Amino acid sequence: MKAAVIQFPGSNCDRDMAVAISSITGAETLLVWHGDSSLPDGVDLIAIPGGFSYGDYLRSGAMAARSPIMQDVVAAANRGVPTLGVCNGFQILTEAGLLPGALMRNAGINFICRNVPLNVENNSTPFTSQYKKGEQVMFPVAHHDGNYFADDATLDMLENDGRIAFRYGEYVNGSARNIAGILNEKGNVLGMMPHPERMIETMHGGSDGRRLFEGLIAALA
Amino acid sequence: MNIRVFVTLKNGVLDPQGRAIHHAIENLGFEGVNDVRAGRLIELDVDPAVTDEQIAEICTKLLANMVIENFEIQRV
Repeated sequence: MKAAVIQFPGSNCDRDMAVAISSITGAETLLVWHGDSSLPDGVDLIAIPGGFSYGDYLRSGAMAARSPIMQDVVAAANRGVPTLGVCNGFQILTEAGLLPGALMRNAGINFICRNVPLNVENNSTPFTSQYKKGEQVMFPVAHHDGNYFADDATLDMLENDGRIAFRYGEYVNGSARNIAGILNEKGNVLGMMPHPERMIETMHGGSDGRRLFEGLIAALA
Repeated sequence: MNIRVFVTLKNGVLDPQGRAIHHAIENLGFEGVNDVRAGRLIELDVDPAVTDEQIAEICTKLLANMVIENFEIQRV
């Protein structure tokens, strides 16, 4: 199993993501520079980490989504390669058109950095199979632009098609219908604002994020 | 030639920044400001041959997120 973690100028969760993937799944994990034109051969998992690509200039994730590597990421994701975007990675996936909607400034304007409860809405995805549907887990968030927006028709479609992976268990940032993470149509692309890679051992204050990566072992074996 | 691109949030999209600015205006003691919407001005210095259609393409592909924003092009 081989994983690619994409690094943009301003990514700051790339190493955490790589450590989480390699230590939990055992995958060979490669850091891939945004300016590269193609992914390494035979990548089974793509992760777009959190951070502040391009300093969040213009809009969070906007410029990263147009960087050279993203053409190959979009092609691979459309082929069905499991693709995980966390925090800025979620913003990049929406900006790249792999996920619908947009992430706007938090409704309360403040940067939010704390643990939040999440409800698992769909556990039949490569990312969530190790959770129970309806289970509440605790993940950290650290974002300024996590306020998910989409028009009502899109939100209804996400609900009806089971494409909401996680919802916040409490009011956090003004996200439409408390959405914390969504899936693409095929279910192989997950974008989420909370950070599973920051919750993988008890020293982190919890290990609920660990099961997301354990689910990938089963999905990719 | 200078092009000004104004990027604004679509009507109905919550604008927390505009709301905060509005709040600050009220705190200064000004009355009668009903609402504030914050946007972004982007200035481009382009060859005269660059068409509005090309600028619009730059806007839809990068400068504005058409899910939540509108843009307006002004030649100055």
